Order: sequence, then structure tokens, then C-alpha cells
Amino acid sequence: MSSQMIVASRLTDGRVVFMTDGLGWSESIDDGLIVEVADRGAELLEDATRSVDECFVVEPYLIDVAIDQGQRRPVQLREAIRAFGPSIATDRAVEES
Amino acid sequence: MTALLKAGRVSADTFTTVGADDELPAGDIIVSLERWRAEREALQQRPGKLGVRLKSDEPPAMIADDLDILAVVAVEFPVFRDGRGYSHARLLREQYGFRGEVRAVGEVLLEQLHFMVRAGFDAFEIDSDDPERDFAVAAGEFSVWYQPAADERPSALELRLRS
Amino acid sequence: MYRYDEFDERLVAERVEQFRRQVGRRLRGELSEDQFKPLRLMNGLYMQLHAYMLRVNVPYGTLSSRQMRAFAQIARKYDRGFGHFTTRQNIQYNWIKLEETPDILAALAEVEVTAIQSSGNCVRNITADQYAGRAKDELADPRVYCELLRQYSFLHPEFSYLPRKFKIAVTGSPHDRAAVALHDIGLRMHLNAAGQPGFEVLVGGGQGRTPFIAHTIRDWLEPADLLSYVEAILRIYNLHGRRDNIHKARIKIIVNQMGIDRYRELVDAEWERIRDSRLKVPQAEIDRIDAYFAPPDYESLPDASVELDALQTNNPQFARWYASNVIEHKVPGYSIVNLSLKPPGRPPGDLDADRMEAVADLADRYSFGEIRVTHRQNLVLTDVRQSDLFEVWEALVRLDLATPNIGKLTDIICCPGLDYCSLANARSIPVAEDLSRHFLDVDKLAVVGDLTLNISGCMNACGHHHVGNIGILGVDKRGQEYFQLTLGGSSDESASLGDRLGRALPQADVPAAIDAIVETYLAVREDGERFLDTYRRVGIDPFKQAVYGHAAVRAVA
Repeated sequence: MSSQMIVASRLTDGRVVFMTDGLGWSESIDDGLIVEVADRGAELLEDATRSVDECFVVEPYLIDVAIDQGQRRPVQLREAIRAFGPSIATDRAVEES
Repeated sequence: MTALLKAGRVSADTFTTVGADDELPAGDIIVSLERWRAEREALQQRPGKLGVRLKSDEPPAMIADDLDILAVVAVEFPVFRDGRGYSHARLLREQYGFRGEVRAVGEVLLEQLHFMVRAGFDAFEIDSDDPERDFAVAAGEFSVWYQPAADERPSALELRLRS
Repeated sequence: MYRYDEFDERLVAERVEQFRRQVGRRLRGELSEDQFKPLRLMNGLYMQLHAYMLRVNVPYGTLSSRQMRAFAQIARKYDRGFGHFTTRQNIQYNWIKLEETPDILAALAEVEVTAIQSSGNCVRNITADQYAGRAKDELADPRVYCELLRQYSFLHPEFSYLPRKFKIAVTGSPHDRAAVALHDIGLRMHLNAAGQPGFEVLVGGGQGRTPFIAHTIRDWLEPADLLSYVEAILRIYNLHGRRDNIHKARIKIIVNQMGIDRYRELVDAEWERIRDSRLKVPQAEIDRIDAYFAPPDYESLPDASVELDALQTNNPQFARWYASNVIEHKVPGYSIVNLSLKPPGRPPGDLDADRMEAVADLADRYSFGEIRVTHRQNLVLTDVRQSDLFEVWEALVRLDLATPNIGKLTDIICCPGLDYCSLANARSIPVAEDLSRHFLDVDKLAVVGDLTLNISGCMNACGHHHVGNIGILGVDKRGQEYFQLTLGGSSDESASLGDRLGRALPQADVPAAIDAIVETYLAVREDGERFLDTYRRVGIDPFKQAVYGHAAVRAVA
């Protein structure tokens, strides 16, 4: 089984967040808690529903993550796009203030 | 807490909604369409008022001939997203001229109360800790609307023509 | 343009306040996500891959310069500096925060813009011919009726929880630029023998997983009966539409299941009861709305074709742009100018805040302050004096809005796709960018001529791939992106759904495949034939052979 993490959308602003240790949530995939065992993943998902009940996140789910030389990258293209942003150049846009 | 609201006030429900196999209690009762069809004659002999509860796939045409002896039609929203009940209420009022109570039951969210009032509902079973306040806020969310509906209050178009 | 009166203003203000309360209830946990979702959708707010996406209505594609400037402000203040124009003539922002949305809606309400019902299981933005009121081939101006329908359908108490979304489009021209046959209700305006307008009503069109061309439910409808007849159609749909399966819930499913004749019977029976009700539209209201669409203060100008011919001779680039992007206006001395939002290598339909303001300035300076949004994701300045065309062209070139590709191969309709959309299976924008870079040669584009190419990133078909002359559908096969081609679709008055070409292709092979298709067309076309005409004459086989026999194309299952 590959490494997994929990990802969700933050309720207030819809941003992609990764579950960290201690039921925290971070916008950076590097802060996310990695699980290697299936049972542990299911447990974490249960924990994540508390964040849903507390109106912090919506739709938490498990994703597969590959780790290459310390760099984390979701296995699925969709999850990679969520983690790192659109694959296309948005240089016409200004950075979010 | 579940409350029955009529004319914006919490009302004691004099009607018992009777299950398929329940014994009929004394007093006013609401039965399913199925039971109504099976026991129409017997039910009409009883003292007490009568009501029928329509599921969302049971349009008012099915009880059109009985409306003059019914005091209540309960229109069910099995989930709030199932919008057939709004059409059913309007048809009860506008096609069949029903003047009894049209009651919204099932998953009735505060967000829908304004639309329901306009669709012709005049009684609501809602979940709320402060039902009268919630109803007043929700039902009063809009003071103007574009289209005519069952409540007969003027639309913006009609108001424009008057001025 | 329509301007709000006290009733419009109050309704919108109350809706914004209602939504503000709903957001508060959600954030406090008094509403679950399940309960809140339809409410936020009815205000145009989606949860997408990166953030909330807000879809703002541009009613029947009509925008004032003031509103465009407000769009720019929203983009800067609340988003990442740009917006995306859609196939329903709306604008979308991709980086919105829920907690800021009530303020955004309040800011939009200030300029008479809403996001009300741009999503949800209700009647959506009414769309129309982008040249309404201006095109030489127009029989009747649809905008009055679009506004009538917009108001009628807004916060309709009976039809806010339909089985599924409901889309209406209107055309006043026999050349259908609004794709009415692909809508839940399509309205085609005609004139009767006395020269008065009325509607042919179509019902049950739509794309998505099960595309259908709409059927005619009524040949002639009087304008006074428009609202009652639409109400009858909606009521029958609300009562009978399937609610057991979200993919089978559109009106097109039941219309085709029970047949148009049966659906018509049900509608007509209901309509007989209500046609003389309060829904009858008084002429006074038609006249009231019509006054807002009075033509602008045109000067009395001679036709400037001779001068324009000279300009074109001296400037081939201007000529190229004039030929493809400028449309004949019904008033002599004026032109309709298309602004291409499809420059090479950029996401189709996107526009940044600076350019939005520049377009607003051009509108004020050259076109009576009005802008249109097209369902092909471009913009239009509807009333440019022919004598200003060269100046306007130069300004557009500086803004990179003058690519001479309107209606051509690189005027690509493209959904946001997997880069933005949680429904997508594949990325669509990189395919569009690739193709637009591949077909840079504008002379070649002109030679190829009118050709619509539409790209969708999933079966929901927001990119209208079913009705592109060439359609591209992104699919996911074993975790990889592949692209399915279709040929022969059309969204105009001869509407047709595209035919599947063959096995799906990897992204890298798509440009070569399009090359093969284009070269085949050029090789076999007869005089005056557009791509679609040639396709309809010769069929799919020559194209199939060309694509799958091409050395650079590796088809997969």
C-alpha cells in the first residue's frame, strides 16, 4: 500500500487543506500527516469528520501520495492539481492579496 | 423541537397523523392516500375532521373529488430538494379552489418558508428552537416578487402597472 | 439596457441579505453542508478544486461598461485578478471565499448584477443572440422577452426545486447564434403575416451525457402568452421529471421518453387552465421593458465600405481582422465588432482585470458603453462607427484582443476542465492552448474558413463538444488523459450532434489529428463549402482514415 494523506476543503474559503498531526489542517502538502497502514487511514478519516462537524472543513478523503527524495506528490493528476494549483500558466493574473 | 405553525403562531395540532396499520384514534385524523382510498366510506362516517397526507408522487388530482370534505391536506417533502410539493400546493389552491389547510410536512427548512407561503401553504411543521421568530424572519425575507402565485398578493409587474 | 427600478433593487437587496444570513447559519453549523449546498448553488457558488467558484449572471449576454469595471474590481479585490466568460454568457471567478461572498454579491447589486440562480435546480441565466437588436439578419429583438423571462423566473416559489437545472435561450434571427435547439426551452422569434413577433417554442434539448436536439412543442406563441406557456412547461416538468437519478433528471429525458406529442398534450391541458390568468403579459409591461432597449443615438452616417476597402488593401492585417471579426450592422455606417478572447496560447474566454477595464473604456469611447458576451466566450462591441474601425482595431491589437479567428478553427469553446473543475476527467485548457499555438497562421485560418472546435473536459459537456464541427471530449482511461474526437456537430438552426470519429487519442497527438482532419477537408471541399457542409456531403470515413492512418497519431482503446 502506498503512502496516504487526508485532504479536504476548508469551509470558509474553499482552499485545499491537508490534515496534519493532532487534527490540524495545513495548506501545504509538506505538513500533511502520512499514513502507511490502511487501518490508520480509516481512523484518520474518522477523526476528520470531527473537523466537518466543527464546521472547519468539508469532504475529507484519503489520497495516495508518492514520496520521491523527500518531495511529496499526489499520485492522481486531479489531486496533484489540487495540491499545486492549475497546470496552466496564470501569469496574467495578480497574486492573491 | 418540532412545531406546527399556523398564521405565524405555534398551534396545538388537533390532528393525529395515523400510520398504515394504526388503530384510528378519536378526534381529527390525517391518513395516507392509500388508507384514504381503502377506507373512504368508513372514515367519512366518523365524527372529527379528516385530512389526507400526499406523498411527493401523489398529485392533488388523486383526491380532487374529496376536497370539499377534507379539512387538511398535508403535502410531504420527503427531502427538501424534492420540489413537487410546491406545485401540489398551487394546484390545490388554484386549480381545485381548496380552502382548507394545506400543511407542509417532512423535511421543511426555514429557507423554504417564504416560497411555501407563496405557493399556498398555510400550515408548517418545522424544526426550530424558536419557531415563531424563525417563521417571522423566514416568511418575511422578501417584500417583493416578480411572479403571481397562490397567495394572490400583487407581483412587482402588477404593482408597476398600478403606479 | 434594462435598468433596475425600486422593485428590482429591493428584491436583489433582500436576496443578498438572505444569503448573508444563510452563510452565517452555515458557518455557525446551524445548516449542514447538505442543506446549505442548494442554497449556495442558487446564488451561483460552487465548491471547486481550489476554492469556491462564483458564477455571475450576464443577463442574455448584455453588459454595461460600468458593470464590466465592477467585474474588474471583483477580480482584483476578491479573486486572482481575472475572470472567465462561459458558454452561457456568464462570468466565473475561481478563487472565491465563502465568507466574502455576501460582500461580493452586495458589490454586484450596486451595479445591478446578480449571481441569483446562475446555478441550482432552477431556471438559469436566459441566454440570447449576442447581436440582438443589431444584426442585419434579425427579424425581431429578443431582449425584451429575455428580460421578461429573467424576472418571471427569478425566485419563483414553485420552480426553485426542480428535478434539475433548466436553461432557456432565445433567438430573434433565423441564423441561430444562441444554440436554442440545445436548451431545455428554446425560443425562435418569427414575424407573422402582419409583421408582428411571436415564438416557435422548442423543448427538450440539451447536451451532457445524453444529448438531444429539442423538439418543437408549439409553432406559434403570442408574446402575451409567453409566461403562461413557460409556466405550463415548467409545471409539467416539475411534476413529472425524474428525481431518482441525477443523470436522468433533465426535461430532455422525459420529453424523449414519453414523446413530444404526449408532453405537448400535458402542457396544453395545463396551459388552457392558466393562459388567461395573471400571467398574461400586459402590453404596458412589454412597452415598459422595451423602452430600455431603445436604439442608441445613432448618427446619420453613410456606409463607409469604400473607405474600408482602401484601408484593407493597404493593411492586410487589418483586412484579415475585418473579414473575420467584424459583422454587418443593421444601421448604415456602423459595425458590430467581435473581441477575440482566444489569443494563441491562452485559456479561452479568460480576461484579466486590466483588460476588462480597457474594454469598458473602449465601449464608452466607441460603442455607447455597451458590451455583449457570446456563448463562444468572446466579447462584442455592438455599435462601432465604421469610421472608427481602424482605430478600434489598433487598440484591440495592443490589448491582444484582435486575433482574427472569430468563428474559425482557433475560436475554441473550452470549459475550465480538470485544472479548475471538480467534475472534470481531463484537462481541456492545455489542449486548447496547444491547438491555438499549432494553428498560428492566420492566413491558414482564413483559408480553412468557418469551423467550430469545442472542447469539454468531461461528459457534462460544458464545452459544448457535441455541437462543435469538431468536438473534443477529455476522458480518463486508467488514470491517463485521452481525447475523443467527434465530427459534424452544429449548434445553429441546422443543429446536429457530432459523430464519434474513433478511438481516443493521447493529448500529444491531438494537433496532428486536427491537422489531418483539416487537410482532408481542404482536399475534398467543393466551392463555397464550409467544413460542416463538406462533412455532411462526404461523411466520416475520409476523416477517419486520415486521422488513424496518420503517422503521428497513436490511437488507444
